[in-house]
Amino acid sequence: MRREGSALSGAATVMAKELADNLSSTRMRLLELLIFVSGAGAVYATIGSVKDLAGLVGEDQFIFLRIFTTAKEPLPSFVAFLGFLIPIVSIALGFDAVNSEFSNRTMSRILAQPIYRDALLFGKFMSGLVTLAVVLAALWIFVTGLGILMLGVPPGTNEVVRGFAFLVAAIAYGAVWLALAMLFSIVFRSSATAALASLAVWLLFAFFWQMVVPLITLAIAPPDMFDPMSQLATINVGMGISRISPNTLFGEATQAFLNPETRSLGPVLASQMQGADRGAPLPFDQSLMLVWPQMTGMIASVIVLFTIAYIAFQRQEVRA
Amino acid sequence: MSEAIIHTEGLRKVYGSKVAVESLDFNVEAGEVFGLLGPNGAGKTTTILMLLGLTEPTSGRARVAGFDPLRQPLEVKRRVGYMPDQVGFYDNLTGVVNLRYTARLAGLDRREADEAITRSLERVHLTHAGDKPVGTYSRGMRQRLAIAEILMKGASIAILDEPTGGLDPQSTREFLELIRSLKKDGMTILLSSHLLELVQSVCDRVALFNNGRIGLTGRVETLLQDVLGGSHWIRVEATGDNLEAAVARVPGVTKVARDGASLRVEATGDLRADIARAVVNAGGNLTMIAAGHASLEDVYTRYFEGVANAA
Ligand SMILES: Nc1ncnc2c1ncn2[C@@H]1O[C@H](COP(=O)(O)OP(=O)(O)OP(=O)(O)O)[C@@H](O)[C@H]1O
Ligand SMILES: [Mg+2]
Repeated sequence: MRREGSALSGAATVMAKELADNLSSTRMRLLELLIFVSGAGAVYATIGSVKDLAGLVGEDQFIFLRIFTTAKEPLPSFVAFLGFLIPIVSIALGFDAVNSEFSNRTMSRILAQPIYRDALLFGKFMSGLVTLAVVLAALWIFVTGLGILMLGVPPGTNEVVRGFAFLVAAIAYGAVWLALAMLFSIVFRSSATAALASLAVWLLFAFFWQMVVPLITLAIAPPDMFDPMSQLATINVGMGISRISPNTLFGEATQAFLNPETRSLGPVLASQMQGADRGAPLPFDQSLMLVWPQMTGMIASVIVLFTIAYIAFQRQEVRA
Repeated sequence: MSEAIIHTEGLRKVYGSKVAVESLDFNVEAGEVFGLLGPNGAGKTTTILMLLGLTEPTSGRARVAGFDPLRQPLEVKRRVGYMPDQVGFYDNLTGVVNLRYTARLAGLDRREADEAITRSLERVHLTHAGDKPVGTYSRGMRQRLAIAEILMKGASIAILDEPTGGLDPQSTREFLELIRSLKKDGMTILLSSHLLELVQSVCDRVALFNNGRIGLTGRVETLLQDVLGGSHWIRVEATGDNLEAAVARVPGVTKVARDGASLRVEATGDLRADIARAVVNAGGNLTMIAAGHASLEDVYTRYFEGVANAA
């Protein structure tokens, strides 16, 4: 059926309103505090050991990137922290996006205005994404600034480019979780249920996926002891299953961008990256090629999740 | 094309196996106040949602202001102001900010919106509360804010679902005044309610709804005449034994019902004198006897009684 008018008229208005809500909410203040304190903590703890690691500042041409990736016991590295915290921020931004309109009883009043449902959903998603991008960009600048202060050298162009690519990957990773939380905010009428469901998925991927993957892999593609080809197949299947998790995709993207020496990717967690071997660094475009599938994978997940959310929302009865 | 500003033809909505609305045909003329009247679950809200294009009808069609709510929802929504039952606003935002948001969604620019908001808040006597968060509003204030939203939007049709739900008698009276003043401005109003008096006092025409079907449509006076025929209601207050039987024996009395301390008597004519005599002869103490008005409630009770009996 053809519809008159733009599907997205009103989306900018929705986005502006939601953005103002997001940025002024207490929830957001708390999340910012959480993410900045843990980010700063991780980086501060790391910088001392990075100096030791490199011996002298100036010897390692990627010393700046090491700030992000080096863990200093007992704290995990900055990127490992982000791998945990970004989903939390995204879930907090999305879990009540749609169902709160029902519990406020504002949904039917808003949808009685001359806009399509598309505009409401898209506006809300974009406001979440912009909020996320603002927070991550601020954190990125903050950490880079901290690095300059403590190391006493500015980052090289190559490092800035890689750092920026990492920022983009982090936003894409956050977008996946945002889309998932918004989907749950549509499927579940209670925002508490939506939050719990989102956190359950997060727990699964953050903590249990690495345990689940071998089980599924062995069930699907058991290796034959005497056939190296089948063993290779098992490994490939395992990697494929592991990559269902956005955490794996983000970990791999991070590894390629921030460890220029990375030449190939296995299912490696961000926290395991520190031991990666130091060969000759790849040029940036080679690293980008390496993780292109991971980046497009995350973006494709966002699109798929958003589409499912969109369909679910279109079919939903407006009455509360 | 009909002249009617709201027009439905065989509108039907089925939820699963439950028929919520069945073969709905009615017209609302420009400038009139039309009441959808029916008990809970009759299908009033469902009908309204279909008129707004917020729910897709299973079959049949509707036209609002000449547009199809399903194919041209934006055209319809531009012209219609809607007040849902239990209307909600963003509690943390002020009344003005809430209206500004809907104004922007409705396509007004910033300056137009602010002027329209000031004017409409004045109209519903909310100017003093415009800058307070809606969380601090009473129920009545929220309903009036919803009306302000409809005014601000410049809608020519207002659809109000249970507009006086939860209001006290004083607020209800004020609210009805507001509805009358909207009508004076030439707005077409469709309202739903299960409160008969309310509908009777503001509506030009009503549709009696039950079980998803419209039973009767027409002007309030006509319905009274049609359903109740030429019958009279007489209210009798008296004490004594077996008065009901005594009154029932009076020729011309068709029905006697006890209503608390008094009797409601239905008769073919004004039999007050005969009834009084019968009460006194039966040894009762008559304290009051009065001819009652037939109200929509009588129509309603009578009509739906008939429907229930037929079923
Ligand atoms: N989403 C739904 N799924 C199933 N049945 C529904 C749904 N929405 C409404 N119904 C049914 O449709 C019928 C009509 O409901 P509707 O809300 O239109 O009644 P109403 O006249 O507005 O009643 P009320 O005075 O209580 O508001 C009811 O029997 C209700 O149970
Ligand atoms: Mg209703």
